[in-house]
Amino acid sequence: MADTLKIAMPKGRIYKKASALFREAGLDIPVDMDETRKLVIPVQEMGMEFIMAKPVDVPTYVEYGVADIGIVGKDVLMEENRDVYELLDLGIARCRMSVIALPDWKPGIQQRVATKYPNIASQYFREQGQQVEVIKLNGSIELAPLIGLADRIVDMVETGQTLKENGLVEMESIFNITSRLIANRVSYRMKNTQIQSLCDRLQEVIPTSEVK
Amino acid sequence: MSKPKGFEKPAGVRDYLPHVVDKLRAIERNVLDCMSRWGYREMMTPTMEYYDTVGVASSTSDQKLFKLLNNRGTTMVLRSEMTAPIARVVSSLLKEEPLPLRISYHSNVFRAIEEEAGREVEFFQTGVELVGDDSAEADAEVVALAIASLQAAGVKKFKIAIGHVGFLNGLLEQTLPGRHEEQQKLKDELLRRDYVGYRDTVAELNLPSEQKKELEDILRLRGGIEICKQALELSSSLARYSIAHLCKVWEVLEAYGVSEHVLIDLTMIGDFSYYTGMTFEGYAAELGFPVCSGGRYDNLLGQFGRPAPATGFALKTNRILDGVDGLEVNIEGPVLIRYNAPQRKEAFAEAARLRQLGSKVVTRIVNSEQELAAYDNKIQQVYSDVKTYVSWT
Repeated sequence: MADTLKIAMPKGRIYKKASALFREAGLDIPVDMDETRKLVIPVQEMGMEFIMAKPVDVPTYVEYGVADIGIVGKDVLMEENRDVYELLDLGIARCRMSVIALPDWKPGIQQRVATKYPNIASQYFREQGQQVEVIKLNGSIELAPLIGLADRIVDMVETGQTLKENGLVEMESIFNITSRLIANRVSYRMKNTQIQSLCDRLQEVIPTSEVK
Repeated sequence: MSKPKGFEKPAGVRDYLPHVVDKLRAIERNVLDCMSRWGYREMMTPTMEYYDTVGVASSTSDQKLFKLLNNRGTTMVLRSEMTAPIARVVSSLLKEEPLPLRISYHSNVFRAIEEEAGREVEFFQTGVELVGDDSAEADAEVVALAIASLQAAGVKKFKIAIGHVGFLNGLLEQTLPGRHEEQQKLKDELLRRDYVGYRDTVAELNLPSEQKKELEDILRLRGGIEICKQALELSSSLARYSIAHLCKVWEVLEAYGVSEHVLIDLTMIGDFSYYTGMTFEGYAAELGFPVCSGGRYDNLLGQFGRPAPATGFALKTNRILDGVDGLEVNIEGPVLIRYNAPQRKEAFAEAARLRQLGSKVVTRIVNSEQELAAYDNKIQQVYSDVKTYVSWT
């Protein structure tokens, strides 16, 4: 009997798509896992244990090895910058990280950028040679330019609907985002056969991208 | 920043309480004993070195070095690892000593603080350097000794992954001759363990599709000796030399009888600017972080003026201390001898006799019968035995 494979699953937006992908790959994970209040859900038949985590914490669990593998968006991976293996692009939850502003935006004297992703934002603007003050917010980032907290924001854009409704425009796209399968450095070696076979099964059902 | 509270200590350094030190010393003693039975002699070097010598030569990146200024304004570093200091000594004080030299160490080392994740500013490393032998036998010896050391430290279930920097260098140079920027990009992605990025970069390369496939397939090159055979098929002469070397190392490890603990992983790469041949990393089942790492660094000694091939490894002793419970540590408390003044001489004679036999003994004066009784209920948790030498007149 092989050791149990511990998988950190992100609750919320990505979960539904990821669990659909698992089922498509023939891995019969419980449908309602997202709705229960249980945080650790063993599935003995599969030799797996699912840890239901807040998405931004998934890389942390995996880096420390309390989860062997995990599923997480590229946005979180870039922001958290954890030492983990990035094994597979799952091709789900596709969106992009963008710079957003009001349509009449012009560079001011002291430029301020509001974002949930301070590391990504400050690195991006540094690379662009722009000096900006980055303000960390925890939600409703679109508010910031509307009420004058910041003149631009850096945020994830999926359909662009929220932007449109608030009269904002996407100025530049920074990078494309999909969900990734990540693995702990030790688990990737100690449980390599299990992880590799999971990778292979998932790879077969990954949706191919329309736009690259 | 506000003024620290009286009990606070700086982040990233720690206190070791007596029961933790018992365990640390047991690990240290067992591992150093093991190394000494393989003919390695322990060495100590200063905590502080010059930035321009040991600091620059070390494999630790500049921003992770713990730097200080001395009273003349010279930049100093707290040693970040032991390999560079030992290379300095081997090239100076020991320069007349014939090679090969076998050196072991157990030291605290320092890194400028990083964020959390088991990363400390000060921690212990226990390791060896084998200087002056470039053979596969030498590479295998340090791997076999790493295995013996992990066992001596009480780590029961572990794996050692071995790779070779020459394989990837050779393969990339063959597939992308002269295209150093692209080569570097691919290496950086492997170093960051970003396989998704690596595949994307490969897909974007201007290359025939079968060569792209070859580059993608190296991500699967891990397993037993059969991996070497697979790798030989897709290799250039340069990469083939590295694989042949790994095959030899494997053969020697089989003769040591330890190949069951070893897997070959050609995607495992260390720092290319430092390692020159075989590299390896050890993983324990209980721990989320590697417990040892090592490899061949044939260019380091030359920087100190005595060019010589060298290989070695370091155990990450703190991680073993915190995460592994394989060692029997004697935690038996001392014997308590209680006495009052008239019986002092007899009590001390008994204490001396027991200490001679190797027991731990604590003595304590009691001045009244109440004191004797009051002390009774505290005794059991702390002491292994109690003897009483009192006479009330």
